[in-house]
Amino acid sequence: MDWEALRLSLLLALATSVVLLPLGTMTARALAWSRFRGKWLLEAALTLPLVLPPTVLGYYLLVAMGAASPLGAFYERVFGHPLAFSFEGLIVASVIFNIPFALIPMQRAFEAIPLEVHQAALTCGISPLRSFFKVELPLAWPGVLSGMVMTAAHTVGEFGVVLMVGGAIPGETKTIAISIYDRVQAFDMQAAGMMSAMLLVISLFALGFTTRMGRR
Amino acid sequence: MLELRLAQQSPIPLDAQIRCETGELLALVGPSGSGKSTILKTIAGLMRGPVGRIVVNGDVWLDSASGAHVPAHRRRVGFVFQSYALFPHMTVLENVLAACDALREEDRLAQAYKWIEAVRMKGLEDARPARLSGGQQQRVALARALVREPQLLLLDEPFSAVDQLTRERLYEELAELRSRLSIPVVFVTHSLPEAQMLADRMVVLHHGRTLQSGTPDEIFLRPRTAEIARLVAHKNLGEAVVLGHDDRYTHVDWQGMQLAAAACPDLPPGTRVNWLIPPLDVRLVDMRFDDYTGRENIHCAEVESMVPLGGQVTVRVRMPNGQRLTLTATAHIVRKRAVEVGRVVDVSLLAESIHLMPREPEAAG
Repeated sequence: MDWEALRLSLLLALATSVVLLPLGTMTARALAWSRFRGKWLLEAALTLPLVLPPTVLGYYLLVAMGAASPLGAFYERVFGHPLAFSFEGLIVASVIFNIPFALIPMQRAFEAIPLEVHQAALTCGISPLRSFFKVELPLAWPGVLSGMVMTAAHTVGEFGVVLMVGGAIPGETKTIAISIYDRVQAFDMQAAGMMSAMLLVISLFALGFTTRMGRR
Repeated sequence: MLELRLAQQSPIPLDAQIRCETGELLALVGPSGSGKSTILKTIAGLMRGPVGRIVVNGDVWLDSASGAHVPAHRRRVGFVFQSYALFPHMTVLENVLAACDALREEDRLAQAYKWIEAVRMKGLEDARPARLSGGQQQRVALARALVREPQLLLLDEPFSAVDQLTRERLYEELAELRSRLSIPVVFVTHSLPEAQMLADRMVVLHHGRTLQSGTPDEIFLRPRTAEIARLVAHKNLGEAVVLGHDDRYTHVDWQGMQLAAAACPDLPPGTRVNWLIPPLDVRLVDMRFDDYTGRENIHCAEVESMVPLGGQVTVRVRMPNGQRLTLTATAHIVRKRAVEVGRVVDVSLLAESIHLMPREPEAAG
């Protein structure tokens, strides 16, 4: 059992969720309430990580973070080490490939709030900002929570993108999914089995939880 | 007082002018898509499409010319939605309290309880909307709209989603409640009887245009045009030509039949007009029993159909000129006159109830 890898995976899941909670909620709300030209294209782009092979996504992220790209060069100049093959780089990649997992349930939840309820808040003298916290968020909360749980569970198990962007540096970028692969390669089937079972349980609970929230 | 002038090209054209005095109950009526709800939501600031000017008690809420636009949540308006739109995650009390932000903190709870009691929802303060009936939700929506002491109350088809029994009780409650409100009240409805029963004045809308405003009697008995008469569901509409005037009546030729109508001295002879008569003012008469003196416009007519409805019978007759009229009589009168399909009866068209309208050029059909 690779506890270091599990700790890293959980940390990554937490960091990704913390970033995506406000970002996803705001984007989901904006997309749910607005209509504009080209909305379908933006929605398709945000959903892309769902269907793109992780290696393809990982490849583009790696190129974007490399020292040859403006982003990678800027990061290296400011922080003194490259973004690729670092834990911070993993967080960036993880946030991007989890956008649809967070966004879709959140957007559906905001869309399910009837327009008249939204308008009723305004005619009650509730400002749009207060309405968000007092009316919209409490109503969309199950969807927001589902998005967070899906994001966390998906992050814990992600393999392809993590391997492409992070390599497998123990204590830095070697997450539990990579550790399982590593153990199998070393014929340590017992450790691989234990870790796999753990991921299975985490995934099952996450899905069970979101299904339950969806029914409420 | 509310004064508004609104215009819009699309998605639905709008050209509306409305005025509602303090304490007045104004009904906006018209078929679906006539722009009623758009006007109401624009008054509340929920729609930004239409341009024009909205002034409430001297406060300018919208003035497209100067670019003034007060955001929805800063307009002191009470709004009751068609679906009530209560906040589903809040209790009755929380729903009403949610609209109290503008009140002083120490007054909020007292005001909320006061209005919950006023709409007869005492005892259900802790219930969630999902557990309430349509009528109860409607009452909570009304309390939530009124608790913030609005300058204006807007009701969007408030009675359309409840059953008949509840609706009649709510009519009474609204009539009673409004006597205690000294603000303009505007309500949207597609039900003419509802408007006639509740409103002090009504505005008829069609394709976004305000066609006529006036008391329900003015609109129903003296619509300005045949288009308005059709919108308020007049059955007996005809075309005629003015023949001349005497000291009591205006005489017209209705496709070969002469009729005496309510005096319209402004219409010169030869003017093509539309005319109408309410079904209740086409009377069944009988030569043998009735005193004919003073009766007007007596003609024989053939009964084509009879539909009993409650204690009333709607009788459709064919006049000697081939045109058809609908009359409503009590079942008792119909029996007494032995009215049957196929029989010829005498009918009298009360002259004072025949209302003449100048023909609009495009509405000739």
